[in-house]
Formats: sequence, structure tokens, C-alpha cells
Amino acid sequence: MSKSQMIQTDVGSALSVDEIAEIDAELAHVPYKSGAAIDALKIVQAKRGWVSDESLRGIAKHLDMSAEELEGIATFYNLIYRRPVGEKVILFCDSVSCWISGCDDIKSKISKLLGVDYGETTKDNLYTLLPVPCLGACDRAPVMMVGDDLVTHLDDKKIKELFGKVKTKSTSSSKAGPKSEGSQ
Amino acid sequence: MEKVLTRNIGFDQKPTDLKAYEANGGYRGLRKALADMSPKDCQDLISDSKLRGRGGAGFPTGMKWSFVPGEDKCGPGHKYLVCNADEMEPGTFKDRLLMECDPHQLIEGMILAAYTIGADISYVFIRGEYVLAIQRLRDALAECYAAGLLGDNVLGSGYKLDMYVHPSAGRYICGEETALINALEGKRANPRAKPPFPQVSGLWGRPTIVNNVETLCNIPHIIDRGAEWFKSLGIGEDAGTKLFGVSGKVNNPGCWELPMGTPIREIIEVHAGGMQEGYQLKGFLPGGGSTDFLTHEHLDLAMDYNVIGAAGSRMGTGTMIILDDRTCPVGMVLNLIRFFAHESCGFCTPCREGLPWTRQVLQDIEDGRGQPEDLETLAYQVNYIGALGNTHCALAPGAMEPLQSALKYFYDDFKQHISSGRCPYH
Repeated sequence: MSKSQMIQTDVGSALSVDEIAEIDAELAHVPYKSGAAIDALKIVQAKRGWVSDESLRGIAKHLDMSAEELEGIATFYNLIYRRPVGEKVILFCDSVSCWISGCDDIKSKISKLLGVDYGETTKDNLYTLLPVPCLGACDRAPVMMVGDDLVTHLDDKKIKELFGKVKTKSTSSSKAGPKSEGSQ
Repeated sequence: MEKVLTRNIGFDQKPTDLKAYEANGGYRGLRKALADMSPKDCQDLISDSKLRGRGGAGFPTGMKWSFVPGEDKCGPGHKYLVCNADEMEPGTFKDRLLMECDPHQLIEGMILAAYTIGADISYVFIRGEYVLAIQRLRDALAECYAAGLLGDNVLGSGYKLDMYVHPSAGRYICGEETALINALEGKRANPRAKPPFPQVSGLWGRPTIVNNVETLCNIPHIIDRGAEWFKSLGIGEDAGTKLFGVSGKVNNPGCWELPMGTPIREIIEVHAGGMQEGYQLKGFLPGGGSTDFLTHEHLDLAMDYNVIGAAGSRMGTGTMIILDDRTCPVGMVLNLIRFFAHESCGFCTPCREGLPWTRQVLQDIEDGRGQPEDLETLAYQVNYIGALGNTHCALAPGAMEPLQSALKYFYDDFKQHISSGRCPYH
């Protein structure tokens, strides 16, 4: 959604009418406003792909929280993105069963095909590559998610079919995802 | 063997809808409970059945439920039943199967659990990456509301229950029940100090029970068919069946419902088809990434909580990860410690600072920069970080389990890395 489509319903709020309506629906289930903090972050991210500083401040204001407190929550969670991501996020499983099944090699090849490392987005803005804790499909390792789709039994052929046509080289300014390991 | 938890799960792994679920005896347990059983009757039956939590800790389910105070003690207000569907233990892939293929079985178990503890609101706290399971659970919930199985008057009994699917924003520590509750409250998922335990003061300060998916899936069958029947399913000390899984270099990695007490050798050699050609078994984690390695000498042990405990490990989630003779044990432990260091909530120092330190020492050894004194450092870390009581929760002690047992069983591999200045497996 572009900025021009957002309607300022509240002084200093960067949230759209739709976003506010969805967040308010969540507020019905919680005894105080900050209880809907994670839901609100997810609602905004679902519409915009990520949570910008402006969005974060808008949500915090709407929930009567400080932006700092909400930032502490947003950066805690693996699936809240505080930097822009591509159209699809690749969640690449690097946990133990996939590691035994050779995921390090597959990851190197995906990085080469897409021209990106963890935390980076492809030049055409199609994919952002992120590591993810065990995806719970260890009998089909190695695995990853591409957007909402689980892709199993990864091998050279499969990743070439998926990513062989993507333009390489990432933009250096498009780092995505949790800012640092552990995000403490 | 009779299939219980996976009775509706076919080879094609298609989801079971309400009609198909009911045609195969589904919601019979719920109808029976609402018609003939008080909440106390249900709780006594579950206690008698000897069902133990399938999420990893193995706590007796009936006892856990018995800690929920009555209204005379906690006053009027909500009580909550939460299903822990945040399956993130490395190497674990059982709850996904139950939710994707038979969502109504979980929902029926949750309604029965909620009825027993007197909860009026329930949540499935599910990891956000389980997109298919989330969709299928939501579809099943819609069927339940339409059929009067959920809502203001469950099956005309006057019992009121609402149920929501709540996808997580992603963090391993959300599997710890008090961290999960903090996440449900919109906070950072730091575990809480206990006591008070969530059974007394949980979600929004109200009595809350958190149970694993597989635990809850057992409930309808126990209510329907009784405690004695359930106990007779196990072939060892423990009651019931369990989903056991194997991943790693075996011929047929997968997940199977087998009696509690099934020997490890049968699971690995028969169900998982044994090791792939060219690979030998070197060791295995019996129940996920935070359990101690076991090895050849343990293959004939029964998969029962106390048997695996006596061997120095834990049954955990019952999904085994096989270490083969061509995979580096130091590298495997490094992978696990890297995971736990990343997933530390950062609240207490031994975990936040200790796990990255352990990771660094292991990385040095794996990369050929290890020094002889590093082995003493690792032993110190195992003793210090691994001791329950030094950390705020069980994450860091769990992380130390594969390391301490790797040092015990694969010590020569660590030494060889250091003496030769490289990883002998590469």
C-alpha cells in the first residue's frame, strides 16, 4: 500500500482505516490495549509486507504504548520483519535434521542462484532469504518455505527449477529480517 | 496394533472433515462426557489412564488438570485451555501431521479438556509457519461452530466454549508454557518465574492449562473407551500409543504411531528401514534436539519415559535424530547449540551469554582452531549452564544435553579435531 492510500484517522497515526478496524477487532479479546501488540504488528505486516518505523509508531500510539516497548516486542519475534522484504520470503531450515541432510550445500547454491545471502533481497525484489528454526518436516529434509509453500526434499534440480530464472545480485540496502542474532 | 491417534490418517494424508470424522466415531467421547460425566468424572478418568504429556516433559495430564482451582478459590471469571502447537523442537515433526490430517481430533480433545477444567475460552497457539495446519484448523472450527459443537451452548448441554487459532510470530521459547502465555498476552515471550504456576495464575492472571497437541488428541479416545483400554495399549511401563519419528540417514524417515514402550531398535530398523547403504549408526538423540545422545548399547531399550531417563537421556518428543558415522558429531552439536543460542530469549545471563560462548568454542574446534583447554571449557559450561537453577528456564540446560552426552560418547572425535587442527569428516 502506498502512502497516498493511507488515510490519517488519528493525529500522528500511520495506520489505514482497514488496519485500525482489524486491530480494534482484536482489542475485543484482550483486557488492555497492549495485549493486542503482536496481533497489530501482524495485521500491519500482512498488508505492507513489513513494519516500518512509521508503522511501528502508529501502532504504538493506537495501543497506548511507547514505541520503544513495541520495538522490543517486534524485534523479539522471528516472523516480524522490521526491514523491507521481497514478494516472497524464503524461510530456509538450517536445523539439525536438514543439516545432516546437506542443507549447507543447498543454501550455498540458492545463495549463488539468487545472488543473496541471509537477510538480503534479490535485485528484482522477488525473494528475501532468511534462516528459520526447524520447520517440522524432518522426514522430508532438507526443506524450506517459499512464501506460504513448504518445499521438501531439496536438491540441485529442485532449486534450479525454482530459482534458475531469477536475476542475480542483490541490492546492498535491502537487508531484511531481525536485525541481529538473538535480537536481545 | 490398533491405530488410535492416526486412525483417520491415510497414506495420502488428506484432511478429515467433520462428516468423515464423525462417521469414524468422532465426537462420540464428547457426547458421552456432556451427557453422562461431570468435569470431575472426566478428570478422574484421565488421571486413571496414566496419560503423560507428549510435549516432552511427560508430566501426568490428569494431575496437571487437578491443580486448576474451583470457582470457590479463584473467583468468577474466565479460565483458559491452550493447546501448545508451537512445534519447534529441532527434529520434531509429529504435531504437524496430527493437525494437518485430523484437525477435529485435536478440537474434540480441546473441548473435552476445557470442559474438564471449566474453561470457557481456548486457543490453539500454533507456529506461524504451519500455514496448512492453520487453514485446516480454521476450516474445522467453522464446521464446529456451524454444527453447534462450539459456541454458547455446546451440543445443547448449556456448556459454553469459544476456540481460536492463534498463529505465533515465531520463537522457539514460545514452547515453554509461561513464555507462550506471555506471547498470547502480546508481550515478549520471556518465561515467567514459577510459582505461581499457570494452572493457578496464567493467561491474564487467570487459571490456564497448556497441553501439547498430541496429549490433547488422546483425550477423546480415553473418554470414549476408558482408562483400562488406554493403559492396555502400552507394551511397557507407560500407557497408550505415541507418535515416534526418525530423521537422518535412514532408508525410510517418517513418523509412526506405535505402542508406548516400543524398543528403539524396532523403530529404527523396522519402521525407519535401517541405515542407508554406506552409513552406520553412531548415535541418536531419542526425542528432539534437547535430549542427550544415546548409542548402540541403548538400542534395545523401550521408549518409556523412565527407561530413557534411567539411560541418561529423555524421551522428549519421541522423534529421533540419527547421527551416522559420516556426519561430524562436533558439527552436529555446533548446529544444535547455534540454534539454542539464537533462540535464547535473552532474559538470564547464563543462557544469553553462555550459549554464544559455547557456540564459539565449538566453532573453533570444528574449524580446526581448537586448543586442548577448550575441552575443559566445554565441561565447565556443561556443568554451569546445564544446571537447573542457574538459569531462568529449561532452555539452556536442554541445550547442554546433546553437548554433555557428545563429550561422553564421542570424546575422541573432539580430541581428534584439536590434535589434527581440522575436522576429520571434511
